[in-house]
Amino acid sequence: MAAGFRQAFQEKDFVVTAEIGPPKGTDISEMIAHVDLLKDKVDGLNVTDNQSSVMRISSLAVCRLILDRGGEPILQLTCRDRNRLALQSELLSAWVLSTKSVLCLTGDYVSVGDHPQAKPVFDLDSVQLLQTVGLLNDGKDLAGNELQGSTDFFPGAVVTPEADPIEPQMLKFEKKIAAGAQFFQTQAIYDLGNFKRFMDQTRRHEVKIMAGIVLLVSAGMARYMNKNVPGIFVPDELIQEMAAAEKGKRVEAGIRIAGRMIRQLREEKLCNGVHIMAIGKEGRVPDILEAAQ
Amino acid sequence: MIVAERKPLDQIDAMIQGFDKILVVGCGTCVAVCMAGGEKEVELLAAGLRMKGKLENKQRTIDEITVTRQCDKEYLDPLAKYVDDYDAIISMACGAGVQFLAERYDEKIVLPALNTLFIGVAEGTGIWSQRCTACSDCILDQTGGICPMTICAKNLLNGPCGGTDHGKCEVDGEKDCAWTLIYNKLKKIGRLDYLAKIQPPKDYSLMTKPGKYTHEAFKEAKQQEE
Repeated sequence: MAAGFRQAFQEKDFVVTAEIGPPKGTDISEMIAHVDLLKDKVDGLNVTDNQSSVMRISSLAVCRLILDRGGEPILQLTCRDRNRLALQSELLSAWVLSTKSVLCLTGDYVSVGDHPQAKPVFDLDSVQLLQTVGLLNDGKDLAGNELQGSTDFFPGAVVTPEADPIEPQMLKFEKKIAAGAQFFQTQAIYDLGNFKRFMDQTRRHEVKIMAGIVLLVSAGMARYMNKNVPGIFVPDELIQEMAAAEKGKRVEAGIRIAGRMIRQLREEKLCNGVHIMAIGKEGRVPDILEAAQ
Repeated sequence: MIVAERKPLDQIDAMIQGFDKILVVGCGTCVAVCMAGGEKEVELLAAGLRMKGKLENKQRTIDEITVTRQCDKEYLDPLAKYVDDYDAIISMACGAGVQFLAERYDEKIVLPALNTLFIGVAEGTGIWSQRCTACSDCILDQTGGICPMTICAKNLLNGPCGGTDHGKCEVDGEKDCAWTLIYNKLKKIGRLDYLAKIQPPKDYSLMTKPGKYTHEAFKEAKQQEE
């Protein structure tokens, strides 16, 4: 079993997390197989919260399932579906169910998901949610009431190094730190030159930064992300490398690229770790880790 | 002003099935300016309903009148001499006007002809856009006169989300990212320092519905009376 995500930063120079996406429906067999495959190979497993605004099993339930299997979960909590009562209640529940790390996010808008008619909540934003985690850790709720037993969460947040324009993104990044974020997992990065420049701007802060690694499965996927996913930039040479791969060997090319990037990030000590998002290909994460050796 | 759009003719026609005498009441303020429920629009709707009635061989009387505002009692009172002659009244005001008309003439059937959209401004000819959410606690002094409660789809108060994309919004690529606008504006006026402050959670208790407001001067007058 992982020693704990927070402790991993004390014990290692390079911390690795991966992502588990809860299924839509009650058949959890494939997800559990991924948990079992990954739990001893990474320092933490992020569990997404109705990812892409698509209704699924809750992050909290899957965090508990991961703990039951001996893994270390990181609760992802978005502001989209819950008001401040529900967010705080979810956090207290997560704590008593032994989840100790929480990643605070704004959340995608409801219109991108499978229930576009839903009422979006956004009662708090991600900065205010981080502050709320800090309050619960201090034994108080957002209204100033004393808690009967506090939490001791390890709070984290996200940042987009390739955001354009970058200035408002960096202002928010600094607010997140002021609000208590201790670790950051970034949006996917592919251009290490750009990432180095981003990291240079973060050095003065005492926070742990994990580079986001999204597995490329085709050149088309890379082009699609460049066109449609805000804050993701895949350089041409990587698209060409993917395009040059033989049919049937493209995922292998993506694994090679991801492994190479992770190795460089680690060897050049560019950041404190990586967060691997192998969307739909969680079974290949061990291959990525092997390619990174 | 309040911006609204007219409901489709078929929907309004469906509401008046079974009624023979209809009065269409326009509103001469906001919805007249946004070309949804003023005198001209009353004329168009009445003509459309007459035509539909004729095509379906219905005996239908559709009369028209437009008042200055449907959200003020003084402009609704003069309708008293007409309303008894009609089976139903179609209000071409915003939702507030429809309700006030229905309240003033509470034995009549009052039907809405518009969908009320937002509080907004005339961006160009025939184009209106939302500018205010009526949050009861204005923070425009700190955001360069650009409202994150309204212009940001997620009403984020502390900066952009990860969906911001070259100054546009993930929700609708045609729309501007509020936080890019705010950043650029504050930079332009030399007040980027405003952005360092963490905005606290919004006090939604101020927005508890239904809102009610009494002007200070009238509060005092009322107290003196008592």
